[in-house]
Amino acid sequence: MSEVKFSKEHEWITLEGDVATIGITKHATEMLGDIVFAELPEKGSNVEKDGTAGVVESTKAASDVYTPVSGEVVDTNQSIVDDPAKINEDPEGGAWFFKLKIKDSSELDTLMNKEEYDKFAKETSN
Amino acid sequence: MEIKKTSLNKLHQSNNAKFVEFAGYEMPIQYSKGIIEEHKFTRSNSGIFDVSHMGQLFIYGDESLTEELEKIFPLDLKNLKENCSKYSFLMNEDAGIYDDLIITKIEDGYLIILNAACKDKDFEILSNLLGSKFKMNLDNNRSLIAIQGPKSVEILNSIVNGVDQLNFMTGNWFDSNNQKLFVTRSGYTGEDGFEISISNDKAEKLVENLIEKGAQLIGLGARDTLRLEAGLCLYGHELDINKTPVEANLRWAISKSRLSNGGFIGSKKIMNQMQDGARQIRVGIKPEGRVIAREKTKIFDDTDKQIGEITSGTFGPSVNGPIAMGYVDKEFSKVDTKILLEVRGKKHPANVCALPFYKKNYVKGVN
Repeated sequence: MSEVKFSKEHEWITLEGDVATIGITKHATEMLGDIVFAELPEKGSNVEKDGTAGVVESTKAASDVYTPVSGEVVDTNQSIVDDPAKINEDPEGGAWFFKLKIKDSSELDTLMNKEEYDKFAKETSN
Repeated sequence: MEIKKTSLNKLHQSNNAKFVEFAGYEMPIQYSKGIIEEHKFTRSNSGIFDVSHMGQLFIYGDESLTEELEKIFPLDLKNLKENCSKYSFLMNEDAGIYDDLIITKIEDGYLIILNAACKDKDFEILSNLLGSKFKMNLDNNRSLIAIQGPKSVEILNSIVNGVDQLNFMTGNWFDSNNQKLFVTRSGYTGEDGFEISISNDKAEKLVENLIEKGAQLIGLGARDTLRLEAGLCLYGHELDINKTPVEANLRWAISKSRLSNGGFIGSKKIMNQMQDGARQIRVGIKPEGRVIAREKTKIFDDTDKQIGEITSGTFGPSVNGPIAMGYVDKEFSKVDTKILLEVRGKKHPANVCALPFYKKNYVKGVN
């Protein structure tokens, strides 16, 4: 599996072959608070880099989930729809959102590594 | 304008509050445990809420004040006993609501608790209506602390002895550490609890004592989910200047004895609406799935006709599902009516339901 990369919209992505797994970061869940609703893209649909590909809602507000790369949705994580609290518990592990068959692996080059993201998250949350 | 802070601001900070601006005040939206934990703790134990941003308006006067206030509020104030409270509204001539409030008869006049965002305007309106006949004090030197939840009576009584003898919607002055507190048995969470009016310099110490006895600080986020589960209105959402108490389904708050003769501001409109009904009415709404319908969500019938709008919507932690309130055309206001909520372009089925979503635990009769 590839190194974990991060987007400015607070998604994480890992790549295995040409299938990417995408979720939202721990930092994002801390900003959102208790997540009580998740909506995922439809299997078989195509999503475009930086386009919306889902929604999460906390008790306070709704937020869009964006996809950091383009591709076809090949799998979605129904368990987080059934129990959205899982997203707070294990955001960067078991609570992944969707898997994409990616179109263009070079899209990952524009994303941040862990160190860069942590710095970005710290700066933008102040 | 500089953001205002309550006397508990430092205490909020040391308890890791996340702050938001609310009605010009820096207020805690939540602490480290988060809204759901705070909500559940209040329902099972005892939560402390800083509501010092709300207005505490003391108006001093005798029977002539009561007469003047009856020209303003739809209440039978002549028969309101000392230390008893009523929920009411300040309205315009069209019965549009300037503010909703709690009014308590005290020894030398009345204490009115006002919403933070409305209090200055309310003061102006009431000053104009009452003229200079009565001394009025929108008291900034007092904090207001609510303690809510089933363990609150035991916790507060161990510090302020005698509060356990108060019935729901009554209050009294109490002495605690040589300090005069005005305590009412009331609140806005659907739980048994109290609101404590205390001078600013003593507020922090009191809250620290309450925390020592096992109560916890709760933010405005959980206050909102708690009041929504209890089916209670929030000014600026369910209530505003374009809504009347009849439309808001709050006719229970209008004293029956005042309906025959009127004589209060807005009475004509209220009496007409009581007879003919209102075009739209506030209802409880439960989405069938998990989707949350927020404020401004449009409500449709099954023919695609818009029949209303959501005024508050969230996830109810004790109900364990999405809940909402909103206004619908009156022919759709019956419990169990099927409606559709448009969220992100899709229509989701929902049902009109009885309020509250969560059953209240108020203490009606101690004595």
